[in-house]
Amino acid sequence: MDLLAQGLQLGSSVDWHAVAPDVILTVTACVVLVADLFLADRSKWLAMPLSAAGIVVTLVAVVSLAGQRRTTLGGAYEIDSFALLLKGVFCIIGLMVLAISFNYFRTGVRFQGEYYFLMLCSLLGGLVMSSARDLITVFIAIELISVPGFVMTGLRKNDAKSNEAALKFFLFGVLSTAVMLYGMSLIYGVTGHTLLSGIRAALVVGRDLSPAAQSAVGISVPGDPIIVLSVFFIIVGFAFKISAVPFHFWAPDTYEGAPSPVAAFLSTASKIGGFVGLLVLMFTAFPDVADVWRPVFAVLATATMTVGNLIALRQRHIIRLLAYSGIAQSGYILVTFALIDPASPAVNSQALESALVYISIYAVMDLGAFAAAIAFARRGGTYFIDDYAGLWQRSPVLATLLAGFMLSLAGAPPMAGAWAKLFVFLAAINAQVYWLAVVMGANAVIAAFYYLAIVRRMFLEPPEIEGPVEVPFLLRTAMGAAALALFVAFIYPPIITTLAGGSIF
Amino acid sequence: MEWIDSYGLSLATFLPVAGAVVLLLLPVGADGLLKLVGTVFSGLALVVGVLVVARFDYAGAGEIQLEVNATWIPQIEASYHIGIDGISLPLFALSLLVSFLCMIYCWFHIPEPGKTKAFLSLILLLETGMTGTFVALDLILFFIFFEVVLVPMYFLIGIWGGSRRQYAAVKFFLYTLFGSIFMLLGFLAIFFQGSSFDMIALRNNPPLASGTLQNIIFVGLFLGFAVKVPMWPFHTWLPDAHTEAPTVGSVLLAAIMLKMGTYGFIRIAYPILPDAAMYFGPVIGILAVIAIIYGALCCFAQTDLKRLIAFSSVGHMGFVMLGIATLTDRGINGAIFGMVAHGLITGMLFFLAGSMHERYHTREIAALGGMLQQIPRFGALLVYSAIASLGLPGLAGFWGEMLALLGSYQPGGGLDPFLFRILMIGGGIGTVLTAGYLLWTLQRVAMGSIPEKFAAGHNIPDVRPLEWMAWSPLLVLILAAGVYPKLVLGVTDEAVQTLLGAFGG
Repeated sequence: MDLLAQGLQLGSSVDWHAVAPDVILTVTACVVLVADLFLADRSKWLAMPLSAAGIVVTLVAVVSLAGQRRTTLGGAYEIDSFALLLKGVFCIIGLMVLAISFNYFRTGVRFQGEYYFLMLCSLLGGLVMSSARDLITVFIAIELISVPGFVMTGLRKNDAKSNEAALKFFLFGVLSTAVMLYGMSLIYGVTGHTLLSGIRAALVVGRDLSPAAQSAVGISVPGDPIIVLSVFFIIVGFAFKISAVPFHFWAPDTYEGAPSPVAAFLSTASKIGGFVGLLVLMFTAFPDVADVWRPVFAVLATATMTVGNLIALRQRHIIRLLAYSGIAQSGYILVTFALIDPASPAVNSQALESALVYISIYAVMDLGAFAAAIAFARRGGTYFIDDYAGLWQRSPVLATLLAGFMLSLAGAPPMAGAWAKLFVFLAAINAQVYWLAVVMGANAVIAAFYYLAIVRRMFLEPPEIEGPVEVPFLLRTAMGAAALALFVAFIYPPIITTLAGGSIF
Repeated sequence: MEWIDSYGLSLATFLPVAGAVVLLLLPVGADGLLKLVGTVFSGLALVVGVLVVARFDYAGAGEIQLEVNATWIPQIEASYHIGIDGISLPLFALSLLVSFLCMIYCWFHIPEPGKTKAFLSLILLLETGMTGTFVALDLILFFIFFEVVLVPMYFLIGIWGGSRRQYAAVKFFLYTLFGSIFMLLGFLAIFFQGSSFDMIALRNNPPLASGTLQNIIFVGLFLGFAVKVPMWPFHTWLPDAHTEAPTVGSVLLAAIMLKMGTYGFIRIAYPILPDAAMYFGPVIGILAVIAIIYGALCCFAQTDLKRLIAFSSVGHMGFVMLGIATLTDRGINGAIFGMVAHGLITGMLFFLAGSMHERYHTREIAALGGMLQQIPRFGALLVYSAIASLGLPGLAGFWGEMLALLGSYQPGGGLDPFLFRILMIGGGIGTVLTAGYLLWTLQRVAMGSIPEKFAAGHNIPDVRPLEWMAWSPLLVLILAAGVYPKLVLGVTDEAVQTLLGAFGG
């Protein structure tokens, strides 16, 4: 019924201002695709400034909605502070990835126009996901994020590794989507709703009814196997997307094989897209049955951060290291899901706030680290960490920036990563889930080893090769802006925390 | 001078880091300009510090003055709360003074491998961290400043250090990180018990009833501070770090950074957790006396002059901790006096050891000798500082040790007088041992005959003008504090009385 009604109303009831950012980005993607057809080979690079301009306009549209709360498409699409913050984060990720990609695709790989088009489509998925409040919209958004990713991963089509990466990513991605979709359809079958608010209400009604009444209405109690199963399927589907252990196997191979800027995109935009979907579902549809699924997240979080960190300790290839570090970072974000308490809105809002703070800071610091790795690997450099020895004497600025990102990922001052960890820490202690806080603290110490190992190699060891590493202007700008943002957010964290703190659904 | 009230402390704290930023913008090669800018910013911070000292109301030294309390991170109720009282004023002034003197010392001596810009920037960043620690009145702010010093010191040791610099830098970093994680957990636990990060509010109204929880939190804070002090058996990072660090690094480490630990005990652990402080008083006292005797015995076995001074620090900080443990007016006043005196004297000794290494290219005690004949002024300074260090009445080293021992005769806070009298005897033996190894060292290094390899043809310069400039303030203050101890005690006493209010007198 919901679907039919929505379909009928669609034309007349769309709030165009609310969907403006998504529409602008869609238009940009189409313009880039078409423009690419008409551009001569040597001016194909113009697709990049075009995309960047589109994202900037999108960002303006996002800002123009600031402070507003709008609902459209029959409740399936919402603009609230949560959606706006994340749309902003996605736009910034998009701009940074463009800056990182430019020289890489201009000199090395062909398919510039296609790449920018695909990236914009994937980014659009993230924007849609931030506003999605309906199972079908969530599903469309996650597919929109993933499918262009499969193609982007395989863009270096003459390279066997790139093909392997793309195929692996595709197979895992499709499998996870199938599992997730199965869970969603079960939920729809049980509750009769696709709107998340409707699902929540139905579950609450089901919980409060007597057993006899439940069987009369046909709605199950939260502990009912079918609800457990479907929520579990949805979680597993998303666990693939966010590369949570034990569904993480694709990530390191895919990141390594993909063009490095694509790996940067996958580890930020794509992963954050998955997290946003999970946040939306768990906090708006299923919070009242949290007793059922909270333990699953506690186990996922523990396994993800511990396994990610332990395997990262042994990595020699910087992209693989960043992949495993990214898995561990996912684990820290997963902690916030394990804190949700149906009875305590205060705990939930703090958990959500800490997740948003973490996600925003993670996006910037991870992209910064990828940018530095890409800058180092250009022009005959390598991805092997051993070759970073003495980088400080060769390129002091690059080494300092990378060290800053590593410190931030490790959660050490003077970078904003420290606040990301502290907020999750505080949320865990506030929810009285002390053991997870302890597990997280122990993991932070393990992680410090491999992040600092890179710093040590760059600063304390003598260089084996002489000569500075040449870093193109856009990469330099992207890294500088990221480092500055992280430093400023360290000095004055409210620039992020007030946005995240005001975020409600 | 009204502006000093609201901006003085912030200016003194952040001028150095502003200087570091300015340095980063200057060209790499311009050594003279870099040194000038570094000295100017450090000097300006010192000038502001002197104005603060002048503005301070000594009649009300027990109260927090020049207080600033601004919103910082409202989400976690952390505020930018700074201020100063009789306990922090001497340490605040000391850290500004010693940092400035280090800057002057850098004018003619940047250790290998050069890189003036990075070296000076790190020292300025370190200065901000140290100064900030002594003015912070918010636990999170304190934690941040406390951690900020880690990174620059890691690089100072790791890049400009001696032959085993990598090992020393990593050991220093991991030890301190290990301690500070427990300290942070303790802070968070205090926050969730007292729902505030404000040290003054928590001091006036300790949130925890005596019992297991308070004791556990105290242990957490103890680990953080004890590693920094360092107390036996957490001291093993110190000899390595001191020995390998460049001269100014050792000076700053000894003169100021160690005091951050003891200051933490006096400012945070004792007032907020008074019952646990009484409960653990005997343990701290015993560990302190073990440190005194152990440090002195280790000194007898050292062949490296710098390592000997490092171990002497373990002993001297033992006296400071013994003074704190007694919970008496005398003991704690003595402890603060001891902190200042140790800062002046050991800072001076490390300056001398560094300059000696630069002249003779060795720090082996066995290889040196006859300094009083060859470079009489330098030798005289060495004798003066060593005698101050062994606690000769009339020089600064005497009062701290004397008051700590006096305090242990009749400890406060319900501590067992019998135990503390035994500890007093132990400490007394320690002073004898200290005198023994220092005199023995002087006999080997300053007296005797000039070794052959330095005797002929070697032009070993006596104290240079710039060295006089860098050292004379320390030399004068060592004498002044020794002859007129009220210089420090007059400031601290009222604040100590306020502190002791928590222990029933």
